[in-house]
Amino acid sequence: MSQDSVRVEKAALETAREPNPVLAVLRSSVGRNAGLVVALLLICIVGSITAGSRFADWDNATTILRLAAVTGVVSIGMTFVIIGGGIDLSVGAIVALSSVWCTTVATQELAQDTSWVWMVVVALLVGSACGLVNGLLIAYGGIVPFIMTLAMLASARGLAEIISDKKTQIVNVPGFDDFFDRDVLGIDVQIWLFALVSAAGWVLLNRTTFGRRTVAVGGNPEAARLAGINVKRHTVYLYVLIGFCCGIAALMLVAKTTTGSSTHGTLLELDAIAAVVIGGTLLTGGRGTIVGTVLGVLIFSTITNIFILNNRSFSEQSLFKGAIIVAAVLLQQRLASRSST
Amino acid sequence: MSLRSTTLRRKRIASGLVAGVAVLSLAACTSNDSGGGDDDAADAPTTAAAAGSNDESGDKVVIGFSAPAADHGWMGSITDSAKKEAAKYDDVELKVAEGTNDVNVQISQVETFINDKVDAIVLLPFDGAAMTPIALKAMAAGIPVINVDREFDDPNAARVTVLGDNYGMGVSAGAWVCSEADGNKDAVVAEIAGIDSLPLTQDRSQGFKDALAECGLDVDNRVAADFTVEGGEEAATNLLQAAPKIDFLWNHDDDQGVGVLAAIKNADRDEFEMIGGAGSKNAMDLIKSGDSVLKATVIYPSTQAADGVKLARLLVQGKAMSDLVEVEVPRKVQLYAPVVTADNVDQFIGSAFKS
Repeated sequence: MSQDSVRVEKAALETAREPNPVLAVLRSSVGRNAGLVVALLLICIVGSITAGSRFADWDNATTILRLAAVTGVVSIGMTFVIIGGGIDLSVGAIVALSSVWCTTVATQELAQDTSWVWMVVVALLVGSACGLVNGLLIAYGGIVPFIMTLAMLASARGLAEIISDKKTQIVNVPGFDDFFDRDVLGIDVQIWLFALVSAAGWVLLNRTTFGRRTVAVGGNPEAARLAGINVKRHTVYLYVLIGFCCGIAALMLVAKTTTGSSTHGTLLELDAIAAVVIGGTLLTGGRGTIVGTVLGVLIFSTITNIFILNNRSFSEQSLFKGAIIVAAVLLQQRLASRSST
Repeated sequence: MSLRSTTLRRKRIASGLVAGVAVLSLAACTSNDSGGGDDDAADAPTTAAAAGSNDESGDKVVIGFSAPAADHGWMGSITDSAKKEAAKYDDVELKVAEGTNDVNVQISQVETFINDKVDAIVLLPFDGAAMTPIALKAMAAGIPVINVDREFDDPNAARVTVLGDNYGMGVSAGAWVCSEADGNKDAVVAEIAGIDSLPLTQDRSQGFKDALAECGLDVDNRVAADFTVEGGEEAATNLLQAAPKIDFLWNHDDDQGVGVLAAIKNADRDEFEMIGGAGSKNAMDLIKSGDSVLKATVIYPSTQAADGVKLARLLVQGKAMSDLVEVEVPRKVQLYAPVVTADNVDQFIGSAFKS
């Protein structure tokens, strides 16, 4: 394309953009999130029509949020990694490994003798350590994130199977169950954790240097480096962060099922990536919001819930979810191409 | 085998089947006639069930049903048979949640049943231990849970448990190998297991091992697959590569058996006899035709969730199993694992599931 035509197109776009404030709002992150809220509301209306009071019910709302919580915590971590220009396919496997490691006989004995907090520590350490390995090999080993985390996906689940001998490990540490399986102010601890992680993620992304660096690294790593950001070190931090989130998600799943198992978190990576993508985060990095991700997770879990309420098949649901992802990405691309020229 | 002993054997199996299945499928037949004829045997559960007073329409019962994804024929038949059984009753409404292998989603399905205040929940968990907490919650909410096939780790989590006999399946397969080996202690025995992480697989393998030990045999080569055709093909290819000569092969599952047989055909091997598991239609067709290595299979009923539905209905309506003296539905029922061979395949082929 010649420079002239680029200029002409640019001019055309600018004239197209200027007189249309609606599009301008839609392009902003607030506008995109408003779009997601509308989508969520529409889905809720569908739910209310098809399932009536079974859908519009406090207990059902809790059920949706409990379903969303585990995926949600991982998706928050995924948002940071993807904004930072990476991807993590190993989250499901890391959740499995953390859940298994924090429920081994040795860990549980330690927890029984001292405190259940040890289980939490082990899960978070294992998750973070996997993230550290991912991060180091991606940043300093020069392995593409897709490949590195694919390798971790295989290895972490393999290790989880070896440690657990492929058996389901049952938790019998009283304090652990008591802490995670209770309500605070009438709301499930799992939902609180999701809310807490989301809030922390929002602050970290929008109100700290770390957040701004993440956007810079993902948007243009070379420019970020020239601006004095240690891009490699920052990349490592991002993968440790998502590993830590996986540790939290593993604890939530362990509490929910009172088991650790190498089958936990299967295909969790796809749910998390899908939620982040429809939440408006660019897969190429440099842009994204926590609010969008939370809405993305809620959209998916609400759809799942409506399908469950109406006894519809998961095959239809998968088809529908796929269509939503494509629609969301197409919309994003259109908006992005208009605002970036 | 003489005609007389064949008949006797068939009768024994037939009455075993009637006793086993009729009790478990809550045959409400009030007479004690267990239909001695061979031809009646396969149909016995249905005909018997149709006759009883327990089947007369009663209070409306809403039953929530959740099982793992129907990613193989046996699991598909689990949900299909349950639906079919529920459709026979005008007082049963079966809410079928879609099959899922994601414990997080299955928990959510049960939560929805609790919110809906269904009368009973029939649950075949993806992982029995992982679904225990939510089953306990349902029981605490006053909803009886009928646990099918994969057991919870807390007996309080279910009012009734319907189980196949996994250990017995291994024993049946092992006993068949022993009788075919006929004293040959050097026979090479191979085993293709299902999903190794499931307790049911561990029980099957243990039963097989114990039964083989009775006649001085042991498992020389063992691999595990995943109940899928693809997994069976892969596992069998590896196994055949590792074992140049095999005398007997037990494959735990007829669905993965399709892949196993494909691998055997590919490798051009026919020096051994194979016994399957679960009892699929195409496995029985092969046994009947007699021109493959597959000579037998061990039944693992794919109708156990249907039994769960019938039990749930009785439980909610306050009825009991009329073939038993007890005034309440039992706590646990375990199904029988008979061996199907060319001799008796006709009795079982009618109830076989399609892969």
